[in-house]
Amino acid sequence: MVMRIDATDLHYTPLNRQVREAVAAGEDEIVLEHVLGQRFIADGLVGEVTLTVNGVPGGDIGMFMRGPTVFVHGNADHAPGNTMEAGRLVIHGSAGDAVAHSMRGGMVFVRDDIGYRGGIHMKAYNARHPYLVVGGEARAFLGEYMAGGTILLLRRGSKEPFAERGLASGIHGGEIYVRGEVDDRCLAVGAVKKPFGEEERTRIRPLVEEYCRHFGCDAASLLADEYTRIGPASARPFAGKYTWE
Amino acid sequence: MCGIISVVDRSGAAMDGARIKDALSMMNERGSGEGAGYAVYGAYPEYADCYALHVFFDNIIETKASLDTLLETWGAIVHEEEIPTYEQPRLKKVHTPWRYFFRPDASLMTGTPSPEEDIVTYLVMKVNTTIPGTLIYSSGKNIGVFKAAGWPEEVADFYRIQDYKGYIWLAHNRYPTNTRGWWGGAHPFNLLDWSVVHNGEITSYGTNRRYIESFGYKCTMFTDTEVVAYLVDLLARRHGLDDELAVRALAPPFWDEIDEMPEREKDLYRAIRLTYGSAMMNGPFAIVVANRDGIVGFTDRIKLRPLVAAEEGDRLYISSEEAAIRRMAPELDRVWMPGAGEPVIGRVR
Repeated sequence: MVMRIDATDLHYTPLNRQVREAVAAGEDEIVLEHVLGQRFIADGLVGEVTLTVNGVPGGDIGMFMRGPTVFVHGNADHAPGNTMEAGRLVIHGSAGDAVAHSMRGGMVFVRDDIGYRGGIHMKAYNARHPYLVVGGEARAFLGEYMAGGTILLLRRGSKEPFAERGLASGIHGGEIYVRGEVDDRCLAVGAVKKPFGEEERTRIRPLVEEYCRHFGCDAASLLADEYTRIGPASARPFAGKYTWE
Repeated sequence: MCGIISVVDRSGAAMDGARIKDALSMMNERGSGEGAGYAVYGAYPEYADCYALHVFFDNIIETKASLDTLLETWGAIVHEEEIPTYEQPRLKKVHTPWRYFFRPDASLMTGTPSPEEDIVTYLVMKVNTTIPGTLIYSSGKNIGVFKAAGWPEEVADFYRIQDYKGYIWLAHNRYPTNTRGWWGGAHPFNLLDWSVVHNGEITSYGTNRRYIESFGYKCTMFTDTEVVAYLVDLLARRHGLDDELAVRALAPPFWDEIDEMPEREKDLYRAIRLTYGSAMMNGPFAIVVANRDGIVGFTDRIKLRPLVAAEEGDRLYISSEEAAIRRMAPELDRVWMPGAGEPVIGRVR
């Protein structure tokens, strides 16, 4: 049984309270209708629930979330998947700045474009490994201060080499895959290009396949293309910035 | 953090203030209830040829007479009245908003191609620095700024903003961070034709202020956004830069980007950076500037504040959040996030 909540003119506090109460009562499929600007949806939500958001949610959707799957049918605002722990966030649209900010587990899929500083400060530890998959374009400072996890940028519809400044600025862990070429001038402090071979292609295969499952596209042709892989030059890019050894 | 929403109808058709109030109130999370305001272009068609001076008086009895005398020295007061306000439970009326429809006497200001505007600018600076308890915060033709210390919906209801109509609206929800919240510090900031709403901080305020004060402007409102209104007046009105170049002077491309440009462009941008080095604004910001011809939105060069643009027919919207735009216009033809430092321009035809 699908539970529906009408979010028309509802402030985010009562809306999110209703969602938490429904999950606590054992609902496993919840649909939020007419969402417009409500922040913090599914924040800190734990469990196996599937939440569908119809509309344009406010910022920080899925923050600290651990387990649920959230489908957004609309554009997300800033920082979807902020510090997310586990679960899936699937955005049928685009997203604002700082997507997957400090994310430490789970998966975020964005069908179209994201703004600036996507994947800033993503991290991985023990079994936790976050994934951010973006179908369109990303703007500057993608993977800034990245400490772990994987970012995959598919750039569907773009032919020119990726040319946004500050790519992986201060990266010291994790990796970024960009379909096609990346202009060398984009690489910021601590970021280097690394070889992309069959082993790496195998690593991104499930991500591309899942992206295509969500949004309906041809995984084989995306996987047949060449990718640029970006990683950290060292684990401590700023070791010599403030101290001298 | 602050919230911005603005709209221009490029056909010049009038919109009332009811929907922008709802849209701004949706972003209450971006404010703290210490400042909100609205600017409307086309507010006073019956006095379209007069400068509409909006004034906050601390005390009508003691301060108003000196302003009246000063205005009569420099021109004629065609009409004046208290701006109608409506008591709100949580909004304390600490100032009395007043409006004058003023016609400056151009023969009194010599040696300038724009005597009327120079008289009004002179009066704004003179009044705000020398008549205590009197602040002119809006001084354009057919333009009105309505602002106070409160939440967006309270300020809107205080002025009954839905009763005003215009083809451009700017609205702002303030979260003061570096200076206290007060009526004069609420946005929009206005001088003559120019109005500005701003989310962020101008960390170069000291440099910008020293620069702009060397041209006779005086910063009196204890907040960084004021300097943006004066910079735009200097660059666009007095120096004649077009919208695009004025934005490029305030938020110029990086030197490494200039180095990659074709020769002609390289020369132009180098010249702008060298000429207007002290006008360049640093720090995080998203700004919308309006004049009677349209609106321009832009952010700092590394995009430290949000800005979303959208179109629906003749209307161009610029806001901090897409949801706020959709509150005004649920079905949009196009929604996009402008690049850092890239101006989004909506001109009235």
